[in-house]
Amino acid sequence: MALGGAMTGKGQPAPGGNGSPAFRGDGGARHLLEACGISRTAGGKRLLDGVSLSLDRGELKVLIGPSGGGKSTLLQCIHFLTPPDEGDVLLDGESAREMSRKNICLFRREIGMIFQDFNLFDHLSARDNVAVALRRVKGLPKKLAYERAASELERVGLADKWALYPAQLSGGQKQRVSIARALAMDPKVMLLDEPTSALDPELIGEVLKVIHDLHDGGMTMLMVTHQVGFAKHLTREFLFMEDGRITERGSPEELLKDGSGTRTSDFCSKLSEIQGGP
Amino acid sequence: MGTLEFYRTILFPALNQGLRVSVAIIIPSAILGLALGVLVGAGRTLGKPWLTRLLDAYVAVFRGTPLLVQLMMWFYGLPTISVFLEARFGPGVRPFSDAFRLSPYAASVTAFALCSGAYQSEYIRGAILSIKRGQFLAAQALGFTRGQTFWRITAPAAARRALPGCGNEIIYLIKYSSLAMIVTMSELTGKAKEIASLYFRHLECYLATACYYLALVTLATWLLSYAEKRLSIPGDPSLS
Repeated sequence: MALGGAMTGKGQPAPGGNGSPAFRGDGGARHLLEACGISRTAGGKRLLDGVSLSLDRGELKVLIGPSGGGKSTLLQCIHFLTPPDEGDVLLDGESAREMSRKNICLFRREIGMIFQDFNLFDHLSARDNVAVALRRVKGLPKKLAYERAASELERVGLADKWALYPAQLSGGQKQRVSIARALAMDPKVMLLDEPTSALDPELIGEVLKVIHDLHDGGMTMLMVTHQVGFAKHLTREFLFMEDGRITERGSPEELLKDGSGTRTSDFCSKLSEIQGGP
Repeated sequence: MGTLEFYRTILFPALNQGLRVSVAIIIPSAILGLALGVLVGAGRTLGKPWLTRLLDAYVAVFRGTPLLVQLMMWFYGLPTISVFLEARFGPGVRPFSDAFRLSPYAASVTAFALCSGAYQSEYIRGAILSIKRGQFLAAQALGFTRGQTFWRITAPAAARRALPGCGNEIIYLIKYSSLAMIVTMSELTGKAKEIASLYFRHLECYLATACYYLALVTLATWLLSYAEKRLSIPGDPSLS
């Protein structure tokens, strides 16, 4: 088990953290995505405190931890939706910090983001929700955009729901449309922010199946979730986040084994009690 | 002269003439007011602080003063500036100073559009603010620029929410167009007053005029309901 974020608090760089700015200048990218020393303060509160992590191609990492620990803020900072006060994000070795506003838009296209509240465009049908960015951002002709939207909706099992509007879809269907919308942009990495937390227990399975399929297909993902039972079978690394720092990281087996005494194990056992499962 | 004869030969032809003038005032005022409302509403919601303060001041002035006073200011007050300029700089400034002498029609449209724009901006601002921040974030996450996010995502959704309020403002505009008679416009109410004074048949003249306004408002209401139906979102009562 390894402890710490960019720095553990005991002055040790976290393995895989790559918090050193010197890493930026090493030419080729060692990892597909790297967050280096991300910090963010808002309203006088330190939301993120020098968090670092990296993702290799095809890798899935899972962020867990109590609410208010900074998980969602970290995803938004990695996506540069909320630019971090300090630190940088490198995608394929390219620094987001040094990009112009226009290039930040291109950077964001490369990273798919799934929100816990779906954030579908209410005034557009499922097909248009998927096609709108293809047309307006990627500049695809309408016909091609609709064809691509149809194939992405089919991929998430919603081929027959293309004409429905968000208000006519169930929570699980809305989340699958939002996944299809992100996938249509051919992202290199997907960030998933509690994709099942706003769903009824009966609808969670359909979304988890899509995420499972994406992982099998080699998609690189960073997922915030409380579905520990599901996540531990997919990931090789759990990152436990609390008070704006990654305080523990390691394999699920390592962190969750009986008697490990880790904060992760303690948190997950409380989750299991609430969720009524392992 | 018999009553029917009066209606047929005097009142209705005069009111029809006035109606044409009223429509010629209402349509450009409504279009300009709405366009101004969209720009001001968007600027107040999404603009930089200095722009927001400037636009807030515009709205405060035009919502905080009576429309009648504004109208008289544009028509009777503004030419004072041209008189002052000519007295100060001589007749050479006439091409420039003439810009402050508005015709009754121009003064009416200017006053109605500016006043309507201030009210419309409030409806637009409220509608933009009601669009969830999540939709803005989702658009940004997909690579939309700020401009694309506004015009492609926020504006279409906000337009649906603003429509009932903006429509209401247009209905008000139809009725307050009657104030144009104060600046010598022979529009519907002006014509009615003219005929009523000439023939001392006040009741018939103003009743008939009220019916004309009622017809205009009914037509506008019908058109707005049609637009609301066309733009409604299936299954979403908040956007229908």
